[in-house]
Amino acid sequence: MNLISQLINGLNVGSIYALIALGYTMVYGIAKMLNFAHGDVIMVGAYTVYVAINNLGWPPMVAVVFGIFVCALLGVVIEKVAYKPLRRASPLAVLITAIGVSYLLQSLSLLIFGSKQIPFQSIIHLDPIKIGALTISGEAVVTLVTTVIIMIALTLFINKTKAGKAMLAVSEDRAAAELMGVNVNRTISMTFAIGSGLATVAGVLYACSYGFIGPYMGSMAGIKAFIAAVLGGIGNVPGAMLGGILLGLIESLSKAYISSQLSDAIVFGVLILVLLIRPAGLLGKSRTEKV
Amino acid sequence: MAMLEVKDLQVYYGMIQAIKGISFEVNTGEVIALIGANGAGKTTTLHTITGLIPAKAGSIVFEGTDLTKTPAHKIVSLGMAHVPEGRRIFQQLSVYENLKLGAYTRKNKQEIQESLERVYKRFPRLEERKNQVAGTLSGGEQQMLAMGRALMSHPKIILMDEPSMGLSPIFVSEIFDIIREISESGTTVLLVEQNAKKALSIADRAYVLETGNIVLSGDAKELMNDDSVKKAYLGE
Repeated sequence: MNLISQLINGLNVGSIYALIALGYTMVYGIAKMLNFAHGDVIMVGAYTVYVAINNLGWPPMVAVVFGIFVCALLGVVIEKVAYKPLRRASPLAVLITAIGVSYLLQSLSLLIFGSKQIPFQSIIHLDPIKIGALTISGEAVVTLVTTVIIMIALTLFINKTKAGKAMLAVSEDRAAAELMGVNVNRTISMTFAIGSGLATVAGVLYACSYGFIGPYMGSMAGIKAFIAAVLGGIGNVPGAMLGGILLGLIESLSKAYISSQLSDAIVFGVLILVLLIRPAGLLGKSRTEKV
Repeated sequence: MAMLEVKDLQVYYGMIQAIKGISFEVNTGEVIALIGANGAGKTTTLHTITGLIPAKAGSIVFEGTDLTKTPAHKIVSLGMAHVPEGRRIFQQLSVYENLKLGAYTRKNKQEIQESLERVYKRFPRLEERKNQVAGTLSGGEQQMLAMGRALMSHPKIILMDEPSMGLSPIFVSEIFDIIREISESGTTVLLVEQNAKKALSIADRAYVLETGNIVLSGDAKELMNDDSVKKAYLGE
């Protein structure tokens, strides 16, 4: 029973990583950059929802939808202001800028809310599900169901809609997509909006599971999600989902059975191992660049 | 008035000037060949026309619209399609998905379906392989897909960049036959080719590019008999 509850715990954490990893991987696929500020967007999302519920007194669902819109807009603005001017700059400049944006968001949060972690009252009011001796928390159930729905919806969006096809085209060959009439700027904006919107969902689920929010809550979760994206094959949407879930499982099992102090080391170790064997990640395709 | 008029076009890559003020025109219904050696600026010229590279100076007027001021993604809906060098098909998508992307800016489903049927009729091999991932096609098939994809936008003019490059001789002849057919069906063609002999054989007029300048132009048949062209480009 303990094993099964650890697995469920792993799926719960893994789902959150997967939702964040989707933002990393989609942005990488479309804009060919690592948006290291993505983790902090989770934090902004969680704070936005917190303020909407506790200071504005909004119903939780309305607050979440509001948070999704705020972060989607934030993602678009970050791209337009910080990254778009660097489209033709070296990848290193873009990377440093992304780290700068990350610190900017953290510092703004510190200025406004202070450095203390704030208790976050879970907005999920679902009774735990009991199966025999096994108890699954309402948070875990909602996290899993939400993640599955989002993954299905996103997969359908990418593969079945015209906008999704345009995203695939841009991710494979930006210039050729432009020749087809695809507005690349709009596609990039849309990608940032979707990724950042998902980050809000991840942020709220994270806050509900852990019961607190803080200015740095996004950085470690962001790094873990980035690892998940690389593990699955960066740029690959199903890969991010798989990577996130795997990472959550590995983390929770190693915490339970090996050592909670070593769990991060084990996670990073697995990443190194996978990259040694499959440098492009589990589902990533190693592509030969044609010149 | 010419359908496409390029005037005093200059293009730079950083500090290096790739196109040094060229002018040429394409009239409705013509097949125009742009020939020249590697690095002469042929591909750069096409990329500048369809907005992938900005022009430094000069103008490119297509049916009254200055393309130097038009973003790349808006050009295809004006009626100009570009078959890029190296085909640049979407390798991970299916043949059908590639063709549908060719009609990305079109709204009328009925017309898109008609174009698709016409493309399948012209390239039966693409229909046979419509659900296949495009990256698994042979080089010649990929070239056909790139052309089919361009035709899906129902262009008035089609720009083709080295369509014969890297293909076996049988495919080369087939591709040139298809270009002739496309022209005969009423689409204007601007063709860039290293295979000068083949290009001149189907072109009405041609321009010879040399390190960013047009050094020679005229009737394709006459150029084929021009001594300097023969020596430099036809290997005779």
